[in-house]
Amino acid sequence: MTKLLSIRLVAILVGLGFALIALYSFVLGAYAWMTEEPAGHLPYEEPRDIAFSFDGPFGKWDIQQLQRGFKVYDEVCAACHSLKFVAFRDLEQLGYDEGQVKAFAASKQVPGIDPNTGEATTRPGLPTDYFPDPYPNNVAAAAANNNAIPPDLSLMTKARGDGVNYVASLLSGYSEPTAELLAEHPEAAPGPGLYHNPYFPNLNLAMAPPLTTTGQVTYDDGTEATVEQMSTDVAAFLAWTAEPTMVQRKQTGWPVLIFLLFATVLAYLSKQQIWAAAKPKKD
Amino acid sequence: MSFPWAKEYAPTNGVTKFLDEKLPLPRLVYNAVGAGYPVPRNLSYFWNFGVLAGFFLVVQIVTGVVLAMHYAANAQVAFATTEHIMRDVNWGWMMRYAHANGASFFFIVIYLHIFRGLFYSSYKAPREMIWLLGVVIFLLMMATAFMGYVLPWGQMSFWGAKVITGLFGAIPVVGEPIQVWLLGGFAPDNAALNRFFSLHFLLPFVIAGVVILHIWALHIPGSSNPTGVEVKSESDTLPFHPYYTAKDGFGLGIALLLFFTMVFFLPNALGHPDNYIEANPLSTPAHIVPEWYFWPFYAILRAFTVDFLFFPAKLLGVIAMFGSILVWFILPWLDKSPVRSGHYRPLFRKFFWFGLIPAMVVLFICGGAPAEEPYVMLSQIATAYYFLHFLVILPIVGQIEKSEPLPYSITEAVLGSDKKAVLGENTTPAV
Repeated sequence: MTKLLSIRLVAILVGLGFALIALYSFVLGAYAWMTEEPAGHLPYEEPRDIAFSFDGPFGKWDIQQLQRGFKVYDEVCAACHSLKFVAFRDLEQLGYDEGQVKAFAASKQVPGIDPNTGEATTRPGLPTDYFPDPYPNNVAAAAANNNAIPPDLSLMTKARGDGVNYVASLLSGYSEPTAELLAEHPEAAPGPGLYHNPYFPNLNLAMAPPLTTTGQVTYDDGTEATVEQMSTDVAAFLAWTAEPTMVQRKQTGWPVLIFLLFATVLAYLSKQQIWAAAKPKKD
Repeated sequence: MSFPWAKEYAPTNGVTKFLDEKLPLPRLVYNAVGAGYPVPRNLSYFWNFGVLAGFFLVVQIVTGVVLAMHYAANAQVAFATTEHIMRDVNWGWMMRYAHANGASFFFIVIYLHIFRGLFYSSYKAPREMIWLLGVVIFLLMMATAFMGYVLPWGQMSFWGAKVITGLFGAIPVVGEPIQVWLLGGFAPDNAALNRFFSLHFLLPFVIAGVVILHIWALHIPGSSNPTGVEVKSESDTLPFHPYYTAKDGFGLGIALLLFFTMVFFLPNALGHPDNYIEANPLSTPAHIVPEWYFWPFYAILRAFTVDFLFFPAKLLGVIAMFGSILVWFILPWLDKSPVRSGHYRPLFRKFFWFGLIPAMVVLFICGGAPAEEPYVMLSQIATAYYFLHFLVILPIVGQIEKSEPLPYSITEAVLGSDKKAVLGENTTPAV
């Protein structure tokens, strides 16, 4: 008994010790909080909520939109951004036939080896090749872009919070900083080689506005290529590159859930029946 | 083991008779989860989570073994092979999402299991060993989950590994060498990734082993129950099968519905976007946060912001974080109230619902939030309460509390009366 009592006495002392040290941190922190100016965040905007065909549990790809977005990527983004996890063969999922994919792959140069000399060279792409990196290496990418390496876009919409909306908002969101913003946060003024974008967390982005004029990309389906439209389409395309199996996933989910719902109801009913025998009898 | 009225296994045909003689596996199952295991008849749905935890351990092992067939633990290609699983492996995306969300569900059911144990004082005699083994399982789970999160080699994988192994660097004198030894280098790289993969594959089987001990230890006194009154007679119990197999079956259905809703419709909701960026030692994420199931303990780690006497703040945080789980090991000897169930402990109940639970919620929120005010201050108050609750309040409440009257037996609690109690066979307060 005395031994157990002593365990509890030690515990009480240790517990008081931990609590006092935590509260000591609290008191000093609270004092600093009340006396010091808080480090303010730059007021960036949350992404706009854009309706996409693949939103929600029943969402499906809009193949036309993915093809438009692919064209925007190919003609604009691909100049600086790689798409290393996507292979040309994957484009068949966007409704292109084998011949179109072969032709597109062949129009791109991918790293290869000269069969006669063994020297590093380039060759036309095959459907099994992956989208080539626009730069030979990171050093070249940094040198060509004011020291900011353009990130790979394969997973971009999954690598940012609310990613699809973020990409679409960012691409169509370039603007001049307002006078009020600069008055309140002089540090928000874009430095050399930087561009103001209210959706970017520190408001200053090294990427020059990539989509600037209506008709910059000529859509094959006749849709008017406004900056807004191109931004939305390429965001949709990048949602596909980030997770080509997204629609398959949602479509697999429904039969699984319906089956489980059925099985769970059956499990409940059998549980009720079995337990009926053990329920208190009212007499 | 078990109660005198437990039904004995009787093999009926040649095959089972042969097996019973040579390797009595059917008998083992019959006595463990069959009709031969009497269980208190009043178990609520809070007693489902042990079975569910076992189920999710199996989910993790099965999906994990399949993922390991396609994954390569090499810092050059780990991120790419993870994407290869997502894109090119048949149903690979489902395996990976099931594994990632399976970890979360494993922790959800384990936390509910632990909180059930805390409210009903399931750790008290004669069940101390079950509780201790449970804490061991929880620690092993934390280690396994931490190392598993490193494997995709995303930004949070890398920086999480750096922060957590950095904790060992807080140990005076030998800390830095230990950190280098753990990582196999000065920063997480190929050596660390390889050993984490090896251990991440090994530890689940160690967990499975400790789970067997946990269940073995459970079958000696039998399950606790919501009244906390021990089983007295046969009318207090029901055979595990079919009563609790049916009840667990329904619970499993609900758990699977929630699990697959996450897997198929919100697979990344519990993850962090930064982990879809490949690990880059040169670029630190704005906020390094662990997975959600570590948030309360991460908040305790970060609550210690000021040096105290000879102790640097970081060391205090590390001691407190490990201490916050290690206190569970001495819980059976801290809370000496003779009453188990929180239902009959008015003072304990108040501290549980209005003290411990809010403190855990605050720690959870603060652990996931950036290290800014007011989160740091809130986590400091909650941390202080956490330690006071287990080390000060529980021992004192156990001494001074006047508990409410307990039913004579489980039978009386369920059926309204127990013949033996009416006959006055035993009128001493049942414990």
